[in-house]
Amino acid sequence: MYKFRQTLARVYAYTFILYLLIPLGIMGAAAFNDNKTPSIVPWKGFTWRWFDALWADDTMWHAFQNTIFVAIAASALAVLVGTSAAILINSISGKLRTTLYGLMISTLLIPGAVIGISTMIMWTKIGNGIHSDFILFKPGLHLSVLGQVSYIAAMVMLLVLARLQSFDEGLEEAALDLGASHNQVMRRILLPHLYPAIGAGAAVAFFQSIENYNVTQFTRGGANTLTVYVFSKVRSGITPTINALALMLMIVTLALAVVYEIKRRSRARVEAAREAEARRAAALEEAF
Amino acid sequence: MGDMFRRYGKSATFIICLITAFWLLMLVILPNVTLLESSFRPLLPVTEIGGPNDQYTFANYLKVFNGSIDTTLMGIPVHIPVHVLTFTLTLFYSVVVTLLCFVLAYPLSYFMAKIISPKSLPTMFLLLFVPLWVSEVLRAFAWWIILALKGPLSSLLVWLHLIDQPIRWISGYNGVLIGLVYTYVLFMIFPVYNAMSSLDSNQIEAAEDLGSPWWRTHLRIVLPHCKPGIASGAVMVFMLSAGSLLVPTILGSTTSQWFTQTIQQWMFDALDWNTAAAYAFLLLLMCTLFVSLVMRLFRVKLADIAK
Amino acid sequence: MSAGIDLENVCCDFGSFRAVDNANVSIEPGEFFSFLGPSGCGKTTILRMISGFIEPTHGQIRIGGMDMRGQRPNQRPTALIFQNLALFPLMSIWENISFGLEVRGVDKKTRRAKAQALLDMVDLPDAADKMVSQLSGGQKQRVAIARALAVEPKVMLLDEPLSALDLKLRQHMRAELRTIQKRTGVTFIYITHDQGEALAMSDRVGVMSQGRIQQVANPRDIYNNPVNGFVAAFVGENNIFTGSVANPSGGMAGFDTAFGRLNARLGEQAKGDNIKLYVRPEHTILTETAGSENTIPVTVSEVSFEGAFIAVHAKTENGQTLVAEVRNDGSATVPSIGAKRFASFNAAHASILPDASKGA
Repeated sequence: MYKFRQTLARVYAYTFILYLLIPLGIMGAAAFNDNKTPSIVPWKGFTWRWFDALWADDTMWHAFQNTIFVAIAASALAVLVGTSAAILINSISGKLRTTLYGLMISTLLIPGAVIGISTMIMWTKIGNGIHSDFILFKPGLHLSVLGQVSYIAAMVMLLVLARLQSFDEGLEEAALDLGASHNQVMRRILLPHLYPAIGAGAAVAFFQSIENYNVTQFTRGGANTLTVYVFSKVRSGITPTINALALMLMIVTLALAVVYEIKRRSRARVEAAREAEARRAAALEEAF
Repeated sequence: MGDMFRRYGKSATFIICLITAFWLLMLVILPNVTLLESSFRPLLPVTEIGGPNDQYTFANYLKVFNGSIDTTLMGIPVHIPVHVLTFTLTLFYSVVVTLLCFVLAYPLSYFMAKIISPKSLPTMFLLLFVPLWVSEVLRAFAWWIILALKGPLSSLLVWLHLIDQPIRWISGYNGVLIGLVYTYVLFMIFPVYNAMSSLDSNQIEAAEDLGSPWWRTHLRIVLPHCKPGIASGAVMVFMLSAGSLLVPTILGSTTSQWFTQTIQQWMFDALDWNTAAAYAFLLLLMCTLFVSLVMRLFRVKLADIAK
Repeated sequence: MSAGIDLENVCCDFGSFRAVDNANVSIEPGEFFSFLGPSGCGKTTILRMISGFIEPTHGQIRIGGMDMRGQRPNQRPTALIFQNLALFPLMSIWENISFGLEVRGVDKKTRRAKAQALLDMVDLPDAADKMVSQLSGGQKQRVAIARALAVEPKVMLLDEPLSALDLKLRQHMRAELRTIQKRTGVTFIYITHDQGEALAMSDRVGVMSQGRIQQVANPRDIYNNPVNGFVAAFVGENNIFTGSVANPSGGMAGFDTAFGRLNARLGEQAKGDNIKLYVRPEHTILTETAGSENTIPVTVSEVSFEGAFIAVHAKTENGQTLVAEVRNDGSATVPSIGAKRFASFNAAHASILPDASKGA
């Protein structure tokens, strides 16, 4: 009976994975169907034409550029803000900490539409208030960046804070004691320790920004990002070029994920070898 | 603060505080205060803004009650304002999505935490993460293809002689439900898995050893242990569903309307930002109430939810 | 090369808790000085005040005659070796050692050469390019010492650096630390709760309790001539008698106890209440016939074999247990359990002492 339940769970898990992957597979496969509507039925033969069409789609390329710019700006800002906030949270305590932490976390729970509208209204109001035509105060992708940062920074903060909590403050004191200035301590001791979390934070921020729709939709003005572009395509005249784009995005994502996993495993191997060496040295010490 | 001075020096502390303050004030608090303030202002021509007609009013909120229609809610015929209906249905279906996600995620989390061998866990995670990194709009699009009238699902079922002719799957809220569950189920899996993997397997074995049947073991041992994870997953899935705009638009039918779509119409079709602000604030209020309810129900703190 | 340290009326308060109370001590240049005491006695606070991580609430700390008030840790001529060593895990060994030089802007070639020289000195010539996680506990210890020495400190501060090692390695490292200290001539200030460590390595020891320095003396005096009961008890075993002082004269005094009048040296601070007589087990002898002074009839209750010596526990008539230690050199006769004996001690080896000097 126990074995049976285990098998059942296994079957369920594989079914679930299929449930997750099959829609993506169908979407990718439709990119090669020589049929004007994006689908795999009826199959009208294999073609590369949708990739050619995608290649020639200037609007898409422009949206793609915008997306990359927004993602770079948003992740740079989110990393800066999130890391600062994590360091601040890590050095304070008591009621202040609870309040600030709660406030930061709550940004993750605000619907994107609310963030988008509130960001848009505030900056345009400031612009009207000071009678400024400065670009910052008009709807546009820069406001999308600010809106996205408001919640993505909290994600970075959580990642960096988790890493900070495994940090030995003694290392900072040791560096200070050896004559390092505060800036040197920050640059040589604290930040190197945080780099893995900051890197992960930047990656998460980048992906979040690329796929963000809600905030962008309400703040973008007339500009397109890839997500907005795909969305408008899905709603209006749709051709399998979108599938071609989707397939390429999925392949890039998968490749990045695989590279990351390979790197992680090789790092783990190096670390294991080092620890084995330390154990051997300790055994030698015992001997004398 | 003193601790920070000592560790990082005055200038670094100042910069850190400044950046954090910029975030919380300029990107979080002030926009939301402005949102609230705007929601009480009437829609006026530019020339009249700041004039005698620019008075605080509840009018924007009261617009929710305009334009009643006759419909049936769960078989009961009601006469209800259309925006109230949208709001209620959004709330209702978001809860349904949350429950469905939990039902789907729980067995899988258990499988990952307690049954699968640790060696194949990274591969499992990789397989789960790939769909997570495919953007929401594409995931909704994938189901739009599948559920199309003459799409793969209908074709498959016709081919299997399970149905005679293609079915219109996207009707009512069906498409929205399917899309939201598919898009957000992973946000339930990860927190529940995290909570479950911290449960000592010996406890499960001890319960079974004491003669507890499997369902009772889950009910009395596993489920209570996972409470913080479930709360966290429920909050995430609910917020994302209720706030989603993509999925309801792409997979919505002529008879489905999501509250975010209504907000968007005020914003871009009616160009009435103040009413949009009022509606956005209502959405925020709904989400806040849901979060407080879950926190009360599961007896967890905000800090436990964000993991 | 090395500098002396003066603590003058140094106090340190954490809120209403006084961690260090009116510490006064002068440490000579080139001295190996240990602060010894139980955890919570304030010794670590003293170390952190000298290194500059804590400012004293009152009083003055001088290093090489210079007042250190307001000087941050990175401005003081001290190097601290942390209890957990605090080696930088993301840097290689030579980068760890030369970190203090790096932040002073020394060029890479010089730093590398200096790191190698220090590694040679601590007997790890091949470790330069390894990472911290490749080293054993003892090797990490040496790297920590080399890192501290690299900045050519005038004073080295060591916060129980040996506590993480196992016993055999710890004893080996004691000797090594002592050798390095003598070779470099740097003033070492060593913090420990292990009296064996303090007595074995130090030129002088400061025994601390409840924020107060109880006694500063060389290890021999600490052990043989403790100024109070706390010091006597912390650095060794004692047979303790309660009673009251009678006719003191010339540094000696009588002490009236339940066993009659005992004679012993009178401690300088032995005034007021809570005065007791202390005598070490190795100075307590058991004989078959009664001696002339300081003799107490006892019954042997337990004999425990400790290796180098044998501890004989004996009960007095009123139930107090006395311990006598007999050297296991083959000449001693060990009484059997239940045997009647007389415990006695030489008055010159016994001291009449107060309990401990208490904080204000």
